[in-house]
Amino acid sequence: MIANLVQLAAEEEQNPLVPPGPELLVGTIAFAIVFFFLWKKLLPNINKVLDERREAIEGGIEKAEAAQTEAQDVLEQYKAQLAEARHEAARLRQEAQEQGAALIAEMRAEGQRQREEIIAAGHAQIEADRKQAAASLRQDVGKLATDLAGKLVGESLEDHARQSRTIDRFLDELEEKAEAAR
Amino acid sequence: MSADQNQLAFDWSCRILSDEGCGFPAPGLHSFLFQPMFTIGGYEIHKVMLLALLTSGLVVAFFWAAFGNPKVVPGKLQMVGEAGYDFVRRGIVYETLGKREGEKYVPLMVSLFFFIWIMNIWSVIPLAQFPVSSIIAYPIVLAIIVYVLWMSLTFKRHGFVGGFKNITGYDKSLGPVLPLVVVIEFFSNVIVRPFTHAVRLFANMFAGHLMLVMFTVASWYLLNSYMIPAAGVSFVMTMAMIAFELFVQAVQAYVFVLLACSYVQGALAEHH
Repeated sequence: MIANLVQLAAEEEQNPLVPPGPELLVGTIAFAIVFFFLWKKLLPNINKVLDERREAIEGGIEKAEAAQTEAQDVLEQYKAQLAEARHEAARLRQEAQEQGAALIAEMRAEGQRQREEIIAAGHAQIEADRKQAAASLRQDVGKLATDLAGKLVGESLEDHARQSRTIDRFLDELEEKAEAAR
Repeated sequence: MSADQNQLAFDWSCRILSDEGCGFPAPGLHSFLFQPMFTIGGYEIHKVMLLALLTSGLVVAFFWAAFGNPKVVPGKLQMVGEAGYDFVRRGIVYETLGKREGEKYVPLMVSLFFFIWIMNIWSVIPLAQFPVSSIIAYPIVLAIIVYVLWMSLTFKRHGFVGGFKNITGYDKSLGPVLPLVVVIEFFSNVIVRPFTHAVRLFANMFAGHLMLVMFTVASWYLLNSYMIPAAGVSFVMTMAMIAFELFVQAVQAYVFVLLACSYVQGALAEHH
């Protein structure tokens, strides 16, 4: 109770704007602690991490940009290659077509030539056969005629006929008549 | 008398309409006095000092937990810490001083903001229920630190004459009123400024605490007979004041740091 009265008496002179000495000291110490830890350790800590994070983000963006540029390059390269390949293919096709056409033409010419050869050979054969046949026929006809005449005359005219060429003349006349009739 | 009664310095037993003839134990200057809890080496230690030291412990502990081992991909606590850190750094320091000039003062301003804020918040924390910054000594310490900082910066940046011109707003074009302006500016900047800087914080917290104590005590004092509804009103006012105080506490911490930054900015600026 007495202590309380003493306190009340002291309050009469209390001025809230006059700082008590010990509190100044405590306040200084308290703030110094906070400032020291934040300044020396904790804020540098977080600043480092914030910088790292910013770098990571910026690095990520840069990487992405690089990748995009590369992809673009590759795409263009690819497109160029594709166009070149198409061009090449078209060229090859064209060439193949040309070659094919040339080949066909060549074959055709060859075929034509062979056909003509065969035809010519055939014609020559026919001609030869015909001539042979004609010669043979003439001979046979002469022989038959001679034989026939011999039989008709009753004597062998063989030697005579061969010498006189009568038969030949006769046959020539026959041929001429046939020619004229044709 | 118990320790609680000493701290709050009012009589719990008294009620309105009681026969004992006691009056309303209004809060006053005695609400800001505390009996020493114990002594260390002849120094009396009381509740406010402990709260001040607890404030340091709390701020350091929080930032240690948040930033002690920071990750590039932050955890929850680190995120909260970063938000607070960024609020002071970008919202106050970079805004007033710019990134280049301001970077150096970020640690001081961040420390100031969180130290003051937590000191203020004790006002509404149960059992503590006392804003440390309503004892003028704490704002004064902080105001002196800021004062010394911007005064030394002024003279370091501009030299002795230039610094003096910077402080006094020396401007030849003012002509005959120049001496008057110089005197007023000197008085305003050099003498009044640190005082108002400290007292602004102190007075806000002091008044807020008085209001809180008054409504709290009144809620109890009126809790008798037909005055009980009045006690209810008083209680609602207590709740409202707590909400309001929470706002004022943050605003005062913000204002203190904002002013500190603007003083530093004025010291670094070319004299106007």
